[in-house]
Amino acid sequence: MEDDAPVIYGLEFQARALTPQTAETDAIRFLVGTQSLKYDNQIHIIDFDDENNIINKNVLLHQAGEIWHISASPADKGVLATCYNRSKCSFSKSAAQLFIALATLKFLKVLTCAAVWRMPKELESGSHESPDDSSSTAQTLELLCHLDNTAHGNMACVVWEPMGDGKKIISLADNHILLWDLQESSSQAVLASSASLEGKGQLRFTSGRWSPHHNCTQVATASDTTLRGWDTRNMSKPNLSGKLPYVRPCDWGPIAWQAGAARCWCCLRVTGPLSRCLALCRVWNVRYNHSHDQLVLTGSSDSRVILSNMVSISSEPFGHLVDDDDISDQEDHRSEEKSKEPLQDNVIATYEEHEDSVYAVDWSSADPWLFASLSYDGRLVINRVPRALKYHILL
Amino acid sequence: MDPGSSSFPPPSQPHARGPGSGPGDSPEGPEAEAPERRRKAHGMLKLYYGLSEGEGAGRPSGPDPLDPTDLNGAHFDPEVYLDKLRRECPLAQLMDSETDMVRQIRALDSDMQTLVYENYNKFISATDTIRKMKNDFRKMEDEMDRLATNMAVITDFSARISATLQDRHERITKLAGVHALLRKLQFLFELPSRLTKCVELGAYGQAVRYQGRAQAVLQQYQHLPSFRAIQDDCQVITARLAQQLRQRFREGGSGAPEQAECVELLLALGEPAEELCEEFLVHARGRLEEELRSLEAELGPSPPAPDVLEFTDHGGSGFVGGLCHVAAAYQELFAAQGPAGAEKLAAFAQELGSRYFALVERRLAQEQGGGDNSLLVRALDRFHRRLRAPGALLAAAGLADAATEIVERVARERLGHHLQGLQAAFLGCLTDVRQALAAPRVAGKEGPGLAELLANVASSILSHIKASLAAVHLFTAKEVSFSNKPYFRGEFCSQGVREGLIVGFVRSMCQTAQSFCDSPGEKGGATPPALLLLLSRLCLDYETATISYILTLTDEQFLVQDQSPVTPVSTLCAEARETARRLLTHYVKVQGLVISQMLRKSVETRDWLSTLEPRNVRAVMKRVVEDTTAIDVQVGLLYEEGVRKAQSSDSSKRTFSVYSSSRQQGRYAPSYTPSAPMDTNLLSNIQKLFSERIDVFSPVEFNKVSVLTGIIKISLKTLLECVRLRTFGRFGLQQVQVDCHFLQLYLWRFVADEELVHLLLDEVVASAALRCPDPVPMEPSVVEVICERG
Repeated sequence: MEDDAPVIYGLEFQARALTPQTAETDAIRFLVGTQSLKYDNQIHIIDFDDENNIINKNVLLHQAGEIWHISASPADKGVLATCYNRSKCSFSKSAAQLFIALATLKFLKVLTCAAVWRMPKELESGSHESPDDSSSTAQTLELLCHLDNTAHGNMACVVWEPMGDGKKIISLADNHILLWDLQESSSQAVLASSASLEGKGQLRFTSGRWSPHHNCTQVATASDTTLRGWDTRNMSKPNLSGKLPYVRPCDWGPIAWQAGAARCWCCLRVTGPLSRCLALCRVWNVRYNHSHDQLVLTGSSDSRVILSNMVSISSEPFGHLVDDDDISDQEDHRSEEKSKEPLQDNVIATYEEHEDSVYAVDWSSADPWLFASLSYDGRLVINRVPRALKYHILL
Repeated sequence: MDPGSSSFPPPSQPHARGPGSGPGDSPEGPEAEAPERRRKAHGMLKLYYGLSEGEGAGRPSGPDPLDPTDLNGAHFDPEVYLDKLRRECPLAQLMDSETDMVRQIRALDSDMQTLVYENYNKFISATDTIRKMKNDFRKMEDEMDRLATNMAVITDFSARISATLQDRHERITKLAGVHALLRKLQFLFELPSRLTKCVELGAYGQAVRYQGRAQAVLQQYQHLPSFRAIQDDCQVITARLAQQLRQRFREGGSGAPEQAECVELLLALGEPAEELCEEFLVHARGRLEEELRSLEAELGPSPPAPDVLEFTDHGGSGFVGGLCHVAAAYQELFAAQGPAGAEKLAAFAQELGSRYFALVERRLAQEQGGGDNSLLVRALDRFHRRLRAPGALLAAAGLADAATEIVERVARERLGHHLQGLQAAFLGCLTDVRQALAAPRVAGKEGPGLAELLANVASSILSHIKASLAAVHLFTAKEVSFSNKPYFRGEFCSQGVREGLIVGFVRSMCQTAQSFCDSPGEKGGATPPALLLLLSRLCLDYETATISYILTLTDEQFLVQDQSPVTPVSTLCAEARETARRLLTHYVKVQGLVISQMLRKSVETRDWLSTLEPRNVRAVMKRVVEDTTAIDVQVGLLYEEGVRKAQSSDSSKRTFSVYSSSRQQGRYAPSYTPSAPMDTNLLSNIQKLFSERIDVFSPVEFNKVSVLTGIIKISLKTLLECVRLRTFGRFGLQQVQVDCHFLQLYLWRFVADEELVHLLLDEVVASAALRCPDPVPMEPSVVEVICERG
């Protein structure tokens, strides 16, 4: 069975937003948000049947606008948040009305908002409808609440607290970082605290990521040239701020942190070797594997997805798992351990199934050896970590 | 008759040949003895040459001696001859031979008569002489008789005298013996006073000799009281003498030769050698330490120390010379001491030598920073040469080895110093280039500057390398005493000079250059792109020519005989090429980033929804084209044009057919737009399918077009990504259209494959159209007009 072959799924629209269904730990499920100015946008729920190598999809209509960012609640499978353009505006096509349009241009200005949604119950755990039916019977999302951002500007991204009960959510709006409390089963969002970047020029957050360590009190954000670490208990100022040496595309693109604040600096250093692996390309998205954080996934605008093995920054000491494994077999493992050579930081594989820029990559929340990547032309590719490496890491 | 006989006629032989007579017709001579003798001579010659008589007879030439018809032959038979004549010859010839023969006979007769007369006269005179002799002999006989009687008388007298003198002779002999003995005794009796006198006069040598002569006798006859007294006196005096000698020895001021003499005398006096040799060494040490101190003083803290050559000269003549003297004297004096003595000396020399070496090393260390290699080499040469003498004398002390080691160490340090010098020179060159690049330049002056700078850098580095090679080469010059040591013949050349200096330098140069692209820090950011470009070209030049040139030069100058593996030229070239490639890639990256940044800001900061209808190309695009042109000029100074894909020359006139009005529906949503636009969409999609994927970040080649292509690709890709992040109004889209057309007009000429620019720009406009809720493109003709006006 050729199960290392990538599985490809095509969407009709351009797409930038991809997330695993975080709360789901059994089935491999990804959510993809499309981006179209002219048509109703959709959220595709992609179920991947690992054993049969089959994809099942369900489509939800997202009529609010084109989706720039999507994230799923870690607690409730049915809840997700999106950042979207409320710009399904109706420009008049006739020249006569142009002046009116111009006059009202201020109000027509595109604003990116964020909202929390609930998907229909029956889709939560991935019903296995046949793909043919699902496109015709597109269902809509139920709006739970808006994250009111009129005072703060465009939402760039929304992230849930990764380990919590799905009550806390961070959103990044232009130069503000906002911490929301979701109350009454997510139907109401209360701004708990906020902070903003001060500085000359147009400072804008481009992405943020919640640290899973330290009791989830750290949030890292990326803006033009800077990475910042925030403490959610005291948002007054970033507790960690590193000026990146110089503006590289990959700095400008989002950088995700999986490791804790203490390892932020490692992360900074990673950009060096990483970018060298990737040669001149612009990295749009970086993801560490949840369980084996030496595996780093990057998607870049040269339409490649690169899986690297960053042994040097791994929190897992080499051979660490072996010792915990089985005490009786320790002697054998020891000898094995010695025979194994420590791996170097290297690129494991380059995936070239995409034909356009890859804006989103992510690991599955259910299977740590599986990941999805999404390119602008709406192509979703699901890949696995090569088996040899998998066994190498596990054993 | 063979011709030899006429050349040497025996004097007694009658002349047997008439004028004109041929062989065979000479008259038969009665004298058979002549051929006989000739035969005898012949026989001896034959014997000599190893030919037997028989063989001689078998010879084809020459007359047969047994031939009875041969007139001159020994077996001549007249009857046979006559018979033969009569039988064989006609009458006329007979007549002729008869007359001939008669004539010859007559001539022979007359010859014979003459000879007889002559001999007769000689005979008569001989008879007279004999008669006279007879008379004389008679007289002599008488005188001999008288002599005999006289001799008898003399013998008689002599015998009588001998008998008389016999007695006296014995007495005289005895007296002579007594006289000699008395003289010896007198010497002995006078010995004490003589010794005293000698000691007073300071003629110690004489005294010791006297003492030596008397010693044995006195020893032998010491049982006689008188001798005893003398011996005692002598011993007292000798003791005093020894004491004086010791004192003189201890004072030590009189230099090594005198001391050696003292010691020699003391030894002759039978003083204990052990003690003496200790003392001798102590004194020698004192003197040599004096030398060392003076050397140290020269070394001293005062900066104007004498130059290193003078220093080693002093050291050589003072210390090493002294050591030589000491060693030579010691070995001469204490040769009897055997191996223990030699060991002592070796230890002594080793200790002092090591102190000397320490001083020399300190001095040489001061020299390390200096630039004058020839002086240093000469100094080292002196140093090494000087130490060869004691080295030969004292093989056990290992002085020569230690000296060689020092020289080697200095040579190594020197190599390191040169390597540092080269690196510093390289960095200096880079600083100069930076300054030259940073200096405000006159417009249009920049052009030749870069190529000139490159040439300057290359030539200055090359000259530095050559200077270093020349300086280092002094170490291996033939006249230098240490150049034939194995280290300098092998390791120094291959590992030291070739690997350490040249290869090391090229490597460090590559590393320095690479550090410009590695460090993303402030340093990398501050590196002017022109410097990257220049370094890249420099490395490339190194790869193509300079490295092999330098290495060949090195190999020629230092005939590398060492077998140890050396870095092959190809490896080094590959490294240089890799460096050049990385630098160029980095250059592309940096320049691409600059332009990208410009484009990015221009897209990000504009409100595309509320923009007005485009009237002009935006200034930033002009800026981009200007900058690209500048980069093109800059790269063109150092890199060749490169190949570009042949395309229609008229591409600037190309219309925007691909993204004309029917296109904006978007090829990405085919299911929702199934109607007319499909055709062009399909076409472009198919085109995209079959055209090769644009590898935006493909490796850069070493030519201008490739570099420019790289930069433009990065820039346009950035533009594309930025456009995708924005939402455009109708006029926003049109502005993008105008901008892209403008870029199209000017950028195609820089790239290898203009199709690439088309594709990327098409995609930009297509993306903008997708991001536009109200995509109404501008008429291509209007776009063109605006672009041409702008």
